[in-house]
This record gives sequence, structure tokens and C-alpha cells, in this order.
Amino acid sequence: MSNAAVSALNGATVQGFARVEETGLHGMITLRGDLASAKVKKAVKEATGQDVPALRTINTGDSGAVAWMSPDELLVMVDYDQVDDTLATIESTLAGEHFLAVNVSDARAMFRVSGSGAGVREALAKLCPVDMAPGEFEPGMFRRTRMAQIPAAIWMPDAECVHIVCFRSVAEYTFNLLRDAVAEGGEVGLFS
Amino acid sequence: MSTRLATGGRLLNKSRTMGFSFNGKQLKGVEGDTLASALLANDQMLVGRSFKYHRPRGIVASGGEEPNALVGLGEDNKFEPNQRVTTTELFDGLTCTSQNHWPSLEFDVGVINSKLFARFLPAGFYYKMFIHPRPLWKHVYEPFIRQSAGLGKAPRDRDQDTYEHFYAFYDVVVIGGGVAGLQAAKAAGLAGAKVLLMEQDPHWGGRAPVDGGTIDGQDPQAFVDATLSELESMSNVTLRNRMMGAGVYDHGYVLGYERVNDHRPTAKGPRHRLWRIRAGQIITATGAIERPLSFAGNDIPGVMLASAVRDYVVNYGVSIGDRTVVVTNNDDAYLTAITLKEAGLEVPVILDARASGGGALADRAREMGIRVETGKGIASVKGNKRVEGVAICAQAGEGAVLEEIKCDAVAMSGGWSPVVHLWSHCGGKLVWDEAEAMFRPDPEKAPTGDTGEGFVIAAGAANGQFALGDALTDAQKAGEAAAKATGHKGKAGKAPAGEAPAYAAIEPVWMMPQGANIKLRMKAWLDFQNDVKVSDVQLAAREGFESVEHAKRYTTLGMATDQGKLSNINGLAILSDALGQAIPQTGTTTFRPPYTPISLSSIAGNAIGDTFQPIRKTPMHDWHEENGAHWEPVGAWRRPYTFQKPGESVEDAVTREIKQTRDSLGLLDASTLGKIIVKGPDAGKFLDMLYTNMMSTLKPGRCRYGLMCGENGFLQDDGVVARIDEDTFLCHTTTGGADSIHAHMEEWLQTEWWDWKVYTANVTEQYAQIGVVGPNSRKTLEKLTDDDISAEGLTFMGWKDITLDGIPARVYRISFSGELSYEISVPASRGRALWDRLVQAGEEYGVTPYGTEGLHVMRAEKGFIMIGDETDGTVIPQDLMMHWAISKKKEDYLGKRAQEREHMADPNRWKLVGLETTDGTVLPDGAYAVADGTNANGQRNVQGRVTSTYYSPTLDRGIAMGLVHNGPDRMGEVLDFPKVDGTIVKAKIVDQVFFDKDGEKQNV
Amino acid sequence: MLILDCPCCGVRGEETEFHSGGEAHLKRFGPGSSDDDFHGYLFEKVNPKGVHFERWRHVNGCGKWFHAARCTMTLEVFGTYSAQTLEPPQEIKDKITAKRPGWSWREFS
Repeated sequence: MSNAAVSALNGATVQGFARVEETGLHGMITLRGDLASAKVKKAVKEATGQDVPALRTINTGDSGAVAWMSPDELLVMVDYDQVDDTLATIESTLAGEHFLAVNVSDARAMFRVSGSGAGVREALAKLCPVDMAPGEFEPGMFRRTRMAQIPAAIWMPDAECVHIVCFRSVAEYTFNLLRDAVAEGGEVGLFS
Repeated sequence: MSTRLATGGRLLNKSRTMGFSFNGKQLKGVEGDTLASALLANDQMLVGRSFKYHRPRGIVASGGEEPNALVGLGEDNKFEPNQRVTTTELFDGLTCTSQNHWPSLEFDVGVINSKLFARFLPAGFYYKMFIHPRPLWKHVYEPFIRQSAGLGKAPRDRDQDTYEHFYAFYDVVVIGGGVAGLQAAKAAGLAGAKVLLMEQDPHWGGRAPVDGGTIDGQDPQAFVDATLSELESMSNVTLRNRMMGAGVYDHGYVLGYERVNDHRPTAKGPRHRLWRIRAGQIITATGAIERPLSFAGNDIPGVMLASAVRDYVVNYGVSIGDRTVVVTNNDDAYLTAITLKEAGLEVPVILDARASGGGALADRAREMGIRVETGKGIASVKGNKRVEGVAICAQAGEGAVLEEIKCDAVAMSGGWSPVVHLWSHCGGKLVWDEAEAMFRPDPEKAPTGDTGEGFVIAAGAANGQFALGDALTDAQKAGEAAAKATGHKGKAGKAPAGEAPAYAAIEPVWMMPQGANIKLRMKAWLDFQNDVKVSDVQLAAREGFESVEHAKRYTTLGMATDQGKLSNINGLAILSDALGQAIPQTGTTTFRPPYTPISLSSIAGNAIGDTFQPIRKTPMHDWHEENGAHWEPVGAWRRPYTFQKPGESVEDAVTREIKQTRDSLGLLDASTLGKIIVKGPDAGKFLDMLYTNMMSTLKPGRCRYGLMCGENGFLQDDGVVARIDEDTFLCHTTTGGADSIHAHMEEWLQTEWWDWKVYTANVTEQYAQIGVVGPNSRKTLEKLTDDDISAEGLTFMGWKDITLDGIPARVYRISFSGELSYEISVPASRGRALWDRLVQAGEEYGVTPYGTEGLHVMRAEKGFIMIGDETDGTVIPQDLMMHWAISKKKEDYLGKRAQEREHMADPNRWKLVGLETTDGTVLPDGAYAVADGTNANGQRNVQGRVTSTYYSPTLDRGIAMGLVHNGPDRMGEVLDFPKVDGTIVKAKIVDQVFFDKDGEKQNV
Repeated sequence: MLILDCPCCGVRGEETEFHSGGEAHLKRFGPGSSDDDFHGYLFEKVNPKGVHFERWRHVNGCGKWFHAARCTMTLEVFGTYSAQTLEPPQEIKDKITAKRPGWSWREFS
């Protein structure tokens, strides 16, 4: 019996006209504070190597990513087993400031939908009231929205792939939504 | 008889035959047929029975306005009732059955309605019957009506198809792919707008290829083909056929109903896709619908709209009859006569109700040798299940028959009504155009969007521009305007020149003949599907139903599945005439989406099966599932109510869980409890405002139970607050409160105390939380940790970070059961692992997981309140005798001022006590304690009610809590609680703590 | 279905991303206030036909509260603005004046 950490769906996958996979555990930190302050910028830089992202964008790199969640909130993403160290870095950098940094890695599930750019855009357009057309939604953007009946955040790491973050408890619902959205024969043919 | 012609049928691929069945009869059609054209090609004139009188009915139209020809389509899990044959594309293997008849389509006993009962089923029949003596209704009318009522049959089997939604965004959405829609889309597209053009049919071009004329000197089809290929090459234009504009809503929201696979039912993919579109501007190029004429027998199979007769000949190579009488009040129907004649069919006469007759087309008809009678109409149609002839009369008279003419079809035209539905859905207003005798969109009163500007533009025939050239010019203008309104200023090109013969003026004919006697009026149908006649509308007017909306409901005119597409204008003209007022004074009924019925499944989309709604699952969900969990929905969560062993009843399982927990060891999955981090220099001050008690004085490492009220003073949530460090608190909420309390906190921080330095984070799902409960809980945990969790090492209401078998955990020594108890919080990803470890470690103590019912019973045995049981949104903490949890030192907290209001401070409010039945039984939930006398309404006075009631396995008797008038001062008194069966349960007022009053079990 | 511009994250989203939160610019009355003041604060919300100021939350989005100036009759949105203010911005009041001359709402006009 292992007591290792297990993600919500343990890496489940399904293939339709695009591929859906639960991408396992990711380190995620909710960071709230004054995003314009030098100290927060420094903390984010030290934690992820990235700058504080602009409104509704995500900055990604080899050592982590950071996404704009709201005017006073960022989502810091690092490897799952890096979270404690990253939190410690943030906390020491921001010592004395008014901020909140908390581990939310286990509160979330992450999915990846990949295939043709048109396919992944269509799959998401079936679920989210967001304009997924090329030019309207592009890599680098970060959008919190509604996915069918749950809140979710989406971004495109590249032109052929969408990442989705939702709450862990509804991971199975999210997976099933995506499974149906990429089902063969459901290609809309709009973005191709 | 109707038959397939040797030539013609521009939409057909005659080389591909398709077999289908109608009422079990095997028939053949060809590729490109609609079910309607295929039925007619097989001389199936009779396709259904009407709703009320079960009269024989045939196909009237060729499009979505068809009122009669509805069939049950498919079988078993593919069955769907009320499908219009005119909009159903034929496919090989299609099966369908006609509706509304018993025992058969050919012979229906319900038709007796029309022969014997027509006089007894007039307008308002149902309303009138309600005031008749009950026995007559119950024994005579109702059985009779029930036997024959109902439109189609509901499917028995679960639908096997899939459906989906799709969100799309456009500058300009053009609805309707006729020549106007094509031209409007092209203009908007050329100007640079992102355009979606949708067409409900499989084919583009609308009526123009049937009606003829020329566009830039060419056949309209050439224009359609060229424009389509041009649009296809434009990257900013999307074309979708088989997609209907179903509805237009606020702020440019449009529903597009795409029938993806109806025409190829074995293909993979969704059957329907509902497009949820946001448009900057919407162009409704939805064309026009021809109106029937109201003459006696206008519902007999073989009487059809003139344009439909033309469509069947040109599009599908089907003739409705060998001899077709054309009856009209306008020039358009002459096109039908000419088309028929050109196809080699007979047109014995054109009856033109206008004394002055028609224009160029009339001349042409005469030149072709067709007899044209002006100032004449139809007195009545001869025949029953099909047309056998017509009796001709003077339109100006009362129906005296001048001549009878044999024929097997009648093509009628009462003029054209622009399809204004989509324009009107969101508030677009109409004007009455006297010259054209129609309502058309009032461009000054378009529906307005979020900017306050109009966002719908009607174009072409939908805008009352019927002439080909006018329609194209109007469409160009609409496309340009829509592009401009969405910020696109490119060159939009110009409209092509459309040419067609000029029409002479229409003359409104609402009744034929003008002075038709009652016998004729009783056979002149307005609403074919709901069997509403001219006489019914006149009766409604006489009985005082003068508002068009009242008359509609009284007569059921326009209330059928076709929503009165053919009947509304004629009906309101008859109503206006009866009321002696002009048509615009009467006005129209309200147009509501959808334009034609759409499948319920398309509306549901993916909200079906395992995606019906999100089910929230804890990290231990699968274990519960594998171990007999009897589930209880708690909000969107599923929590085990109890864990049943094989052969065990739910009640026995609960009893076992409670006994085992109190005797030794129980485990509870408490992961669903809300957990909110509140951090900042002002966090203590903030929590002092949120909770009724003092939280700022809590020491790090300690926990405190707290109550939360709304500004109205009522208790809304409770839970344990742990202080993590000087700046940081962790607030536990109820399961249902997690999201709402977090929202409540953010609301106050963002909208009232935005200068306070506090951040919150909802970390509910970050942690799996496990209650380890019972006398052996400490021993079990000590097997897994070296950290000190002894009685001294972790005292009651303390918390501590420890390591449990290598898993970092936070342990709270709190108790909701009265037992020695720990709540263990670990990262959700390791929750299942810890649960497994605890089950293993607890084995020697006979560990039992317990569910929500065990939790509830144990807390009730201890007299702890439960939000939602003891509270219902009208209860304040003071009612629950929780003064100990209400700070007297604090100047303010949310709810404090409200609790000072007179009614809240009233000593007569009901207060919480324990209730113990004198016979040991369980009080019914929600039962009231009665008092002497009655109130002003003559109801028995009451003095209390049960809020929680359970069988207590620990005490082997019923226990309860309740709110009782002056309860705490009446200990020992016995109250009467009547049950619904009239018997009375007696219960004594006692202390609400039933078990271990001194808390000896938890303080060890 | 409405479209609203969230002033906090800039999303122009459909109504399903938002949640309406009743009247804006409430002035809280707590302990020590008169019965009338408290009653007015707690119960007497306005529901005008025409110009209205409301609170909304971008619940399926950035999570922030904001205010919207709207016409309840035509559903026209005059503007959205920060919830951290005691009165509507002048710019929005001017816009309403241009479109609805003579408007008034509580103490604003």
C-alpha cells in the first residue's frame, strides 16, 4: 500500500477527434497581494523565473508559470514536489508585506486537450461561453470562465493544445464533458 | 391524384431511389425529396387528422409553416412525435406513422366530433365546461375528450442520440440563405465584418430559383451559385445550412438550431447542435409565408398554398393534381398556374377575388389559354378525404353557387406575410402596411442591445420587399448597415439588378365570399392544426374576448405547434372585422422563440447522463462506493449516509455505526466541510464582524466554535475556527456553506470594508479531512505517528501539525459526537492513502466508517445544533440558547443590529429544548406541538415544533430537539404532537443534551 | 441574456458568468442606528423601471464584485465600474444624463 499522492483521475485519457488527458499532479499556489508592488514582482520572479503577468495572461517558462487570476491574485504553477520550497521562497521574499500565499495543488485537477488547433478550439467552444476563434483566443492568454456547469480556467500552451484547470471534486465531470466534446463525428469544422 | 412527373425536380437526384414506410406501407422516393414530396409522389394526400375534430388533413405547405402534416418519426429509441414532413429530408429506411387517429388514418371514429359535436365544441369549449355540473364533465365530456386528445405520442424509450451546444461569436449573423440573405452576407463580408450566414434548409437560394425572374440578366440559380462560391472563398464568412435561427434574445444573443445528422441517422456525431451565438448585428432575411384563404372546405386534402403547389412541381417534380383550380387575391398565385400549365397540367380556372384582376402575369396566363375569372371566389370545396371539385361564387356575395368545377387540387393564395418572428422576439415593433395588407418590421423600432442601439435589421421579403430587385437592394443596404454598426467600413460592393414581372396591387380577402353565411363560416378553417374556424373567432369577439391575446387563448387560434404561422393574420383580421376596428388597432399576439419547435434534447445539450450535473466527489469516494455506501446528496456532493453491509438494512447499518463508534472507533469522511483561509493584519477584526463571538482573542494553535449571521440577524452558518498564526485563521464552514460563506466574506471585503487588509482563499478542496472518532481514536493515531497527541500534548480544542505515517497532516482535536475525536486534514491527493492506513490501523479496534446519519444522530444525542435543522432562515442564535457564543463586548457584528429589533428581542420567541417522548417512540419530523384554542383563521394554536428527531441507538429511544414557546422555563412539561393520522404523541420538555452531559467522554 | 463588461478583469462576458447581487451603493446601518434607518437599509430596496444601479459579481471569472448602471426597461447598460466607491463615476452619470435626461436614483441624478 503506497501513501504517495494521487491526482483526481490518476492520468485518465480518452481519444476522440482530439485527445483528452488528466495531466496528474501540479504544484499550484494562490498568491494574493499588490500585484504592482516590487516585492510581489520579485517573489514571483524568484519562484518561477517569470514576470508578473499582465491582465488575463499567463507567463510560462522552464521553471514554472504564473497566471493572472484577478486584480489581486495570481496562480503560481511549479512542479508538485516543488510547492513547499516555492511557498517558502515567496513567504520569505514577502515577509512583512500584506499578502496571502497558499498551496492549492491538491484542490485542483488539470486537463490537456490536444490534437489539431481547430479540434481543441471546437471542443472548448462546446463548453465555454468564450470566443475560441483564432485571433480571439491565443497562446499566452488566460481565461477564467464557466465550463458547462462549473467554473474553470483555460489557456493554450501552444496552438495545438488547451489546458484546463478545475476543482478536484468535479474532475470526473470535467473529464466526461471533454470526452463528449471530442467524440468522433462532432467536428464542427469552423476553425479549420 | 398527386404523382411524380416525368420531368422536373431541380433538387432531386432521381438516380438514387430511397425506400421508406408510412403507416407500415413500403413506399419509394428519391434522393433530394422531403418526406412531404415523397408522400405526395406516392399519392399519399391524407397524412393526418386534426386535433379536435379528427378531420382528414393533407399537406398544405412546403416549409416550416406546415400545420397538418406531422408524423411520428422513427421507432423505439429513435422515435420522435410531431415531425413536420415538409422539413424532414428523406433518407433510405425512414419509417413514420401518422397521428391523431383511431383506429386508423383512413377510418377514424373521432371524426364523429366534426359531424355530431361540432356545435358542442365551439370556441372556449373547455372553459365553458368547467362551469357545468361536475358529473356531466366527469362522466360524459372528459372520457370522450381523453380518448381522442393528444398530439402525437411521447417516446417510450430513452433517446439514443447525442446533442451539444456550441458558443460562437460574430459581428453579423444573417438568418436566411435566400437571395436576400446571400446578398446581405456578401455585403457585410466585403465590408470586413465577420459573418455567419445560416439557412434552415439544405439548399441555398430560397424561393427565387422557383419564382424566376433574372438577377443581373441571369437565372437566379446562377446568382445563388456564384454568390455561394464567393462567400465560401471569404475567410471572414461562415456558411451553415440545415441551421435555423430559432430565437433572438437580449444583447444580440441568437440561437442557431443545427440539424447535423437528421438526414443521415446512422452517421457518428451529435444529432442536433444548438449554437449559442453572440452577434453584434443580426440580419433577418427570413422571407415571407403565404397566407391561406378562408373559404368553406379549405382544409380538405388537396387544398394547398399556391406557392407550395409550385414548389412541389419545380423542386420535386411532383404534381398535386391533374386539374388544379387556383384561387387568389394577388398576382403571385398566377405564377403557380403558369408553372402548372408549363408542366403540362390542367388549370381549369383561376379565381381572382379582385374585381379588377391581376397585372402582367394575369395577361400571360390568359395568353396561355387559362380561364381567368375576376371578382370570383370559392363558395365551398367538394370532397371529403380529397378534393373533388369547387363551387364558384361571387366574392362580393354571400356564397350563392354560380358554377361547379371538377378538380383534384386547389392552389390558394391570400397574400404574403413577412416572417417577422425573429425581428419581434426581442421587442422589434411592427407597422401595418395597408397597401400590401401585411405587418412588416418598423425600422424605427428595432430591438435594442446593450448600447441602446438597434441590433436587428430585416432584409428582403422579411422586410416586406417582395419584388426581386427591391429585395436585393434592401439586402445590400442591410449588409452595409450591419457592417458599419460593427465598425467595418470596407467596400461592400453593390446590389445586382433583379428583374421580375411587376405585380398588380393585392386586395385583402379575409373571408371568401365576403358575406359568407354561417354554414360556410363554420367550414372555413383558420387554424388547421387546432381546428379553429372563422365562426369561432367571431364567437369569441361576440362573447367579449376583444383583446387579441384573450381571443387567442379562448379559441386556441395560433396555439398549436405551428404557432399560427398560417392563421394569425387571417384570424386577427376576422377579429378586427368582428370588432369593427382596423387591423393595427387589434395588433398581433406576441412572437416567442423558437421559430419552429426545436428538440428538447438540443436545449439540454450535454446535461444528460453522467454529465447531467456535476457530482462532487471526495478523494475517498471510490472507497465508499466499494464499501456499501448508501449515498446522500449534500449540495453537489455525494456523501455516504451509511455504509451497508450485505443483507443489512439502512437503519441497522446506522445503529451499528453509532454503537461501534461510541464503543470503540469510527471514521468519518469530513472532506466536504468548508475551509477558508483568512489572512492579514485586519483578519481578527474582520472575523469579529463575521462571527457573533470574539475570534480576535483566539490564540494560535487553538480552535473556537463560532456562529455566523446575516445582516438580518438570522443564523446562517457555523463551524470551528482555528488560528494558524498571528495573521492567519482557518475557518471551517458547513458543507453547504463553503462557497456561499467564501462569497459572503469577499462581498463584505470588496463592497464595504475594502480598506481592511484581509485576504481570503477557499481551500476546501485542498484537504481531505477525516474524523477519527471514539475511545480508541488516540491509540489508533498513535500507531501512525511519533508526535505527541496525548491528552496533554494536544488538548481539547487545540490543533497541531504532525506526520502520520509519512503524510504531513494537521490534526484538530475537536468533537461533534461527544467522543474523544480528532479531525485529520491532509492534502487531498493523499486522502485516500491516509484513509486506507486508518482502516488498517483501526482494524484491531473494529473500526467502522460512518456516514452522515450517524454523524447527525450522535450530534443530536449531544444536543448540538445543525444548520438547516435547527435553523431555517428565521432562527437567531438567541432562539437556540446560544448566548454563550454571542459576544457582549463587541460593539458590532453582522446581525447584531437586527437582533436588537423588537420582534427579535421578544421574550415570546420559541426557544430550543430537548424533547423526549413518553413512550420512547420517535417524534415525526417537523411535528407541531398544539396549544389550547384556535387562531383568527380557525386553526389550532401551536406552541412549538420539532427541528431534529432521531432514534438514538445509544439510549435506545426516540430523542428530539425543538423550538418551544418559553421552552427553557417549562422543563418536565408534556406537550401534545398530533400526527397526520390523527393520533397524538406526547413528549416531555427536557434538557437538549441527552448523552454524557458532563463531557466526560471527550475530555480524556 | 445580458452581456456585461467586468471592470475588474476586462472580460466582456455573457450573463452566465456573472451573478447579480441586488442594489448598489447601500449605506450600512449597524448597532446604534435608529429603527427607521436600519429598516430602510435592510428592507427598502428600490426596483425602478428605468435607470438602476446594481451590484454584480463575476462569479465564473475573476470573482470580483462590481457595479453596473443599467436600464431595467430596455436592458441598456450605461456602464460598469468599481465596487469600491460610494457613488457612480461622473462619466457614467453624464452618459445616463445624455440618454435619460432628468433621471434620478436615490440621491443621485
